[in-house]
Amino acid sequence: MVEARREFILNAVIVLALFAVPLWALMAGEPFIISLATRVAILALAAVGLNIALGLGGMVSFGHALYFGIGGYCAGILAHHAFSGTPVAFGLSGTNQMLVIWAVAMALSGLVAAVVGALSLRTSGIFFIMITLAFAQMGFFFTLSWPAYGGEDGLPIFVRNQFPGVNTMRPWELFLLAFGVLLVALVVFAMLRASRFGAALMAIRQNPDRAAAVGISPFGVKLTAFVISGMLTGLAGAMMADLSRFTSPAMMAWTMSGELIVIIILGGVGRLCAPVLGAAILVGFETLFGGWTEHWQLWLGLVLLGVVLFARGGVIGLIAGREGHG
Amino acid sequence: MDSAVLELEGLCKAFGALKATDDVSLTLQPGEIHALIGPNGAGKTTLMAQISGAQAPDAGVIRFRGQDVTGLSVAQRARLGLGRSFQISSLIPEYSARRNVMLALQARQGHSYRFLWPVRHDRSLTGPARAILDRVGLGPRASVPAGVLAHGERRLLEIAIALALEPACFLLDEPMAGMGTEGVGRLVAFLRDLKQEAPILLVEHDMDAVFALADRVSVLVYGRIIATGTVGEIRANPEVRRAYLGDEEPAA
Repeated sequence: MVEARREFILNAVIVLALFAVPLWALMAGEPFIISLATRVAILALAAVGLNIALGLGGMVSFGHALYFGIGGYCAGILAHHAFSGTPVAFGLSGTNQMLVIWAVAMALSGLVAAVVGALSLRTSGIFFIMITLAFAQMGFFFTLSWPAYGGEDGLPIFVRNQFPGVNTMRPWELFLLAFGVLLVALVVFAMLRASRFGAALMAIRQNPDRAAAVGISPFGVKLTAFVISGMLTGLAGAMMADLSRFTSPAMMAWTMSGELIVIIILGGVGRLCAPVLGAAILVGFETLFGGWTEHWQLWLGLVLLGVVLFARGGVIGLIAGREGHG
Repeated sequence: MDSAVLELEGLCKAFGALKATDDVSLTLQPGEIHALIGPNGAGKTTLMAQISGAQAPDAGVIRFRGQDVTGLSVAQRARLGLGRSFQISSLIPEYSARRNVMLALQARQGHSYRFLWPVRHDRSLTGPARAILDRVGLGPRASVPAGVLAHGERRLLEIAIALALEPACFLLDEPMAGMGTEGVGRLVAFLRDLKQEAPILLVEHDMDAVFALADRVSVLVYGRIIATGTVGEIRANPEVRRAYLGDEEPAA
């Protein structure tokens, strides 16, 4: 129980820090730092999605960039048509309303995750990793050769999409929006983990034969988790496109899938705030060392190596100890 | 014989040239303990795997409460009331004993797609889990993760999980394996009570326990059932003694 309380305090510190740093930046007049914090929040959101599949369900998806990219292209394409006043397809018009874009992004990434999951969850281990990677690569090469929406040049979003009551062009307000969505996602994750569904999912990760022997079919539970996971990562993709006002095939590249996995491993697989801490470390390294040397990923790699070798529970595991399941 | 809870008819399963299960038919009647014995490699584990649904037979039919379940998955059969325990303890290692039992209870209730209410405040799970753990004598160890329980305690937790399923029959695969004399004695008394709730198909190596418990015994040798009968009949059967028990009278 000591561990649980320590993790609770640590989580509070992590979340408050993510709020406090941009707040300080706002007062100090450093909009760049606010944007960095927004990037952390959105990457964390994408990783919360992956953490459901990977952390709770033990499904090592090496293709979550697919959903991230689908979300990004939803935002880009809908905004593109809203801007040009042309219909998307079948007479449907584009939109610059984030709420609509998010709904479309989540629905579409959920749908694709259902198809990918239904086909790949019959395998496990290295085969599952490779199949999820293959699907993401299909998406990557599809967008690369999609001239209608910029092909390899990507698709710019000229005017950031709108959210009721928020001026999305102001960095602080955009940050609050991303931070709010991240908090909701963290609550969803925590509730999911504590629920009957979470109990079944984590049991299947540890011992699928036992779960089946008490009457819980592993496939259905894993597929459901995979779809929810893809939806959250898709939502993050839509928000990331709006933050950078740009969407491109790079969002679907395998390196993006790898980054999401790295974020979770750094933070601690399956831990509630691992995505936030991991994303902060990643963006921190990128910013601190990226300006100084092109080889910042080398240093990140060393940190990752250290975590994998000496702190299997990630940084959160290192500080708060092992996780208990009462 | 149509009152049988579990009925195997002409079950066959081969791995290449090896006939692991060779035309096996047996029934499990209400209120009985039917023990399945046989030397190592006789095909007991393969037979249990086919009954539980982990392996598909090449031929034959498995009927459970009158329904043909031959084509159903492990989980589907479990939901119909086929409760099994594993030969090698198969638990959720990071979950406490209590959470292991609660998982079985939630599966029994059929509600694993609930996303909001936290399980640890779910009285329909925590209450019965406590009662079941007390019943098998694991009450004081309820909060200990299954992965760090002692061997004998894990065997008991296997039983507790099977109990939580309130099955129509129990498939117990060597429940006594690796238990001390005292533990075996307690478990024998427990199983004698348990058969009042649901019949038990018992695979067991401990002959003392089998002869003390079983209402009927089937002897499996090289995938075939060479004899089925009461303990007395099996002990007196010359073919069984030759093939399995050895010529000496086994210790009673």
